[in-house]
Amino acid sequence: MRNDAQENQQVRRAAGRGVGIRLRALSKAFSGRTVLHEIDLDIAPGEFVAIVGRSGCGKSTLLRLVAQLDAASGGELVYEHAGNDEPEVRIMFQDARLLPWKRVQANVALGLPRQAAPQALNALRQVGLEQRAGEWPAVLSGGQRQRVALARALVHDPQLLLLDEPLGALDALTRIEMQTLIESLWRERGFTALLVTHDVQEAIALADRVLLIEDGRVALDQRIELARPRSRGQAQFAALEEAILARVLRHPGSEAAIEELEPVFAPRGVHQVQWAI
Amino acid sequence: MTSASNPVTSTTVAAPQAQGKPRRVGRKSGAQRGAWIGWLLPALLLLWWEVAAQAGWLSSRILPEPWAVLKAAWELSASGELWRHLAVSSGRAASGFAVGAGLGLILGLLSGSLRSAELLLDTTLQMVRNIPALALIPLVILWFGIDETAKLFLVSVGVFFPVYLNTFHGIRSVDQGLIEMAKSYGLSGWPLYRDVILPGALPSILVGLRFALGLVWVLLIVAETISAQAGIGYMTMNAREFLQTDVVLVGILLYALLGKLADTAARWLERFWLRWHPGYQ
Repeated sequence: MRNDAQENQQVRRAAGRGVGIRLRALSKAFSGRTVLHEIDLDIAPGEFVAIVGRSGCGKSTLLRLVAQLDAASGGELVYEHAGNDEPEVRIMFQDARLLPWKRVQANVALGLPRQAAPQALNALRQVGLEQRAGEWPAVLSGGQRQRVALARALVHDPQLLLLDEPLGALDALTRIEMQTLIESLWRERGFTALLVTHDVQEAIALADRVLLIEDGRVALDQRIELARPRSRGQAQFAALEEAILARVLRHPGSEAAIEELEPVFAPRGVHQVQWAI
Repeated sequence: MTSASNPVTSTTVAAPQAQGKPRRVGRKSGAQRGAWIGWLLPALLLLWWEVAAQAGWLSSRILPEPWAVLKAAWELSASGELWRHLAVSSGRAASGFAVGAGLGLILGLLSGSLRSAELLLDTTLQMVRNIPALALIPLVILWFGIDETAKLFLVSVGVFFPVYLNTFHGIRSVDQGLIEMAKSYGLSGWPLYRDVILPGALPSILVGLRFALGLVWVLLIVAETISAQAGIGYMTMNAREFLQTDVVLVGILLYALLGKLADTAARWLERFWLRWHPGYQ
């Protein structure tokens, strides 16, 4: 099972067009207050990395630096990819940020040449909203708007997709639907994905690696070796979730580390299997 | 109308078809109901007026009966006099509006978009804004005499500020998140302006235009009563000299009608340009 998954991943990475990211001593300060302290990080091409942490820990700042929406105060950020031109980097925000005065299809086609209408429609088909192409964004639900935003990002065939808590405002069922959609599109396209989330379960469900950011530093770098698609009912899943949650919730300063993250078959409470549907 | 006051933000509900359409239907039928109720009060007033005039409670010197006003309007339009005045007044309103609103729009866009233009223009314009346009009349007469230029100037100055201020405000209040998103999708320069900033500012710009359209007629009345050889204001002032109360009333009602017409036109523009906006569907 594990071997199969690894083989699959290797096949996908070989075929994928993701970019690698290298951060060296990247830091960011806002008016004297340092939000990120010299972050060193390597992300492999095609990897799905989730960043978790309490609010205000600097995880969104890190994403905005990688997206080059904000300039870093120090250090370097390098995209590692084959071509010489700038890689396609697309970002999905917490709010969908659709232009309310453009119809759904025109929103997806934003930034594309005029003759790209079929491409936009194709992207909408992939997120299951082909029928809503002619509607105004105002009549869509929150989940549908995020799906349109996902289509808008995918139509550019990104090499790096940055997700800034895009599912944070959605209800539980829509979230799971969106997670499945994002995962399947990522496996199909092989782009590199960087997801900022405050939901540890979401991070484990989607990511190859979960990073915990605390006080502007990477406090934990946890590889998730579970086979995909991941079932939230698995014992390993629950153990990982509990371990990472415990680490997130640990008082800053205390030294109770959780080095042992090997499969633990701890008894599970009802609250841990609620997603097993 | 309760269904129409549904907030725009209730969008996380997972049944969009059931959410968008019925609200629109409810709004429409509500508006239709409201349309005839709006005319109820004027109709009742008119009825009371006619009855009072017939019964002799009102002297025809003070207020002639509605029938007499209608007759005066008929005679004026049959002789072609009414149309001549109407054409002259409408021409003045249109040209004054075009100059004032056009300049307001251009300068509003400029100082809304460019920080340097704002620094240069805004202080001056905010000072001038506080002078009522009608307070300029003596100066305007000294400068331009009493011919068309004076009227055009007065109307343009009055119309300029609502358009300028609302355009400026509209540009400044465009959602920064949308601009950031558009930039990250490679939009900049004119495409960014055309696809994001201008449509985002449009609701506010249209508020300014609508306000200005109402103001045009107010300014025109005053400008035409100063001195003119034609126009509704001239017709009204002339009729006053000859104690033709019915013609005076025709003039006043004509202003009301034209104001309403301008407002309706502005609303049509809003309906068309803001059809994406849940508040206008």
